Amino acid sequence: MRLANRPLRLATCATVALLAAAVGCAPQDESPGGPRAAGQGKQSCDRGKLATVADGKLTVGTDKPAYAPWFQDDDPASGTGFESAVTYAVARQLGYGKDAVRWQTVPFANAFAPGQKKFDFDVNQVSISPARKRAVAFSSGYYDVRQAVTALKGSRAAHAKSIAALRHLKLGAQVGSTSLDVINDTIRPDQPPAVFQKNDLTKSALKNGQVDAILTDLPTAFYITSAEVKDAEVVGQFAATGADEEQFGLVLDKESRITGCVTAAVDALRKNGTLAALEKKWLSDAVSVPVLK
Amino acid sequence: MTYGEGVSKLRTARDGADGGPVDRADDGYVPSKRRIERERFRRARTRRATTVAALSTLVTAAVLYLVITRSPGWPRTRETFFSAEYAAKALPKVLEGLLLNLRLLVVCGAAVLVLGLLLAVARTLRGPVFFPLRALAAAYTDFFRGLPLIICLLMVVFGVPALRLQGVTTDPVLLGGSALVLTYSAYVAEVFRAGIESVHPSQRAAARSLGLSSGQALRFVVLPQAVRRVVPPLLNDLVSLQKDTGLVSIAGAVDAVYAAQIIAGRDFNFTPYVVAGLVFVALTIPMTRGTDWITARMDRRRAQGGLV
Repeated sequence: MRLANRPLRLATCATVALLAAAVGCAPQDESPGGPRAAGQGKQSCDRGKLATVADGKLTVGTDKPAYAPWFQDDDPASGTGFESAVTYAVARQLGYGKDAVRWQTVPFANAFAPGQKKFDFDVNQVSISPARKRAVAFSSGYYDVRQAVTALKGSRAAHAKSIAALRHLKLGAQVGSTSLDVINDTIRPDQPPAVFQKNDLTKSALKNGQVDAILTDLPTAFYITSAEVKDAEVVGQFAATGADEEQFGLVLDKESRITGCVTAAVDALRKNGTLAALEKKWLSDAVSVPVLK
Repeated sequence: MTYGEGVSKLRTARDGADGGPVDRADDGYVPSKRRIERERFRRARTRRATTVAALSTLVTAAVLYLVITRSPGWPRTRETFFSAEYAAKALPKVLEGLLLNLRLLVVCGAAVLVLGLLLAVARTLRGPVFFPLRALAAAYTDFFRGLPLIICLLMVVFGVPALRLQGVTTDPVLLGGSALVLTYSAYVAEVFRAGIESVHPSQRAAARSLGLSSGQALRFVVLPQAVRRVVPPLLNDLVSLQKDTGLVSIAGAVDAVYAAQIIAGRDFNFTPYVVAGLVFVALTIPMTRGTDWITARMDRRRAQGGLV
């Protein structure tokens, strides 16, 4: 009967191996710069000495391609374009020089996937919302966003003077954008909106007449009409809705230990007028666009 | 009672193959002591094997459960991928999107089968007069089988409306559906061609010698056998098509996966993807079982009168 015991022994071995593997795989603490608990209490914002992913460097993520007017020529490291300029201003505020900033390509969805992040913060026109705060941490807002409608010149949509006039149109927006929320929650159109992966496709659909009008944030709308779809115009913008003004924030890991420092840096830049100056330099003036009601 | 059933019934009665009690009333057969002992031993071994299997399954499940739930990221993972709140929020939208997938699957599936079969027949036609047809069909399958589907979709969905032709639709669903048909009919044509070529030449020769024309031989002798042989690979392509119908969303139409992505993008939660994934799996399983059933029925019919 010695042979008959073989499966049992095998099973025992397998169980032991499984348990060993389980113990072996028991994940280590993943936050950079030591045990997570140590940093939870107080954050040290010593200039240039934050608990970053790479020591002495600030790693910043953004999607590729990086769109104008937020970045220029798809080159975040150039320092030109609003978000690139804001990033370098934040870095300087935190004590990191221009050559201490490393850029990393982070697709939109990866910025909020759980697990270890490869960036210290991600800058990608991400609007702050309570639901999103359950998944990631945000710095305070660095830009107040307005949504805008763009349509081909002379089209039916271009004559829309009110939100009600937009209701009967085929509208388009990018997935994961607050523009899409505005369509669904504020405009509530008769036909379901067309939703696109990238704003490039949204623009093609507008050019081809597959949608009547598209929604983007206002600076993007200006850029589209001035540089990309020249026979289109900005029809109108949406009013900010009081207290819950939409703002772009820098995205950080929920467990990040530098959120407080980054927020303090953004707040300081807003206070000393840097953000306003950068906005003026890189983003067009919004005053000329009528507000839709 | 067919011959086959009779044989198996006899066998069961004689040696109690299932290890169950042996029927002694019929023919006065009394099993020997040794035989009873042997059966008891076998039953004991079976019980033991079942117990061991159950135990080892339980242990494996427990270890997996512990490994997953004890991992430090588990609370975040559960909240992000398995949140009941978001699942409830996503399901209605996902099902709404699924309607688009199903419509595309049915319409494109039918078009793909017809076009694929026509292409395959065109490629297997004999005779010099058909050379241009054969060459065209070969070029078509070579091109569209090689062209990545996503590029085909982008070209058709955004390229065709850019031409601004009168009377040509700009509807992303229609255009996307045509792109799917273009690509998948090339795949399916190759499957059909393999089926047609797998029918032994003697079949065609026999059909011709019975006086059937070339066309009749194809229609009544070759094709029925060819189609039967390629049902499983055809189902593969159909399941693949079912998943790829979602790619039509590149043009802005909202299918099940895209509905999930919209919610995931807005609230930064991945649960809607899990919901959409499960819905697709739930759709594929009955399809597979259905084809298995059809294949089995075909085999049964072919094997009427029992297997030799």
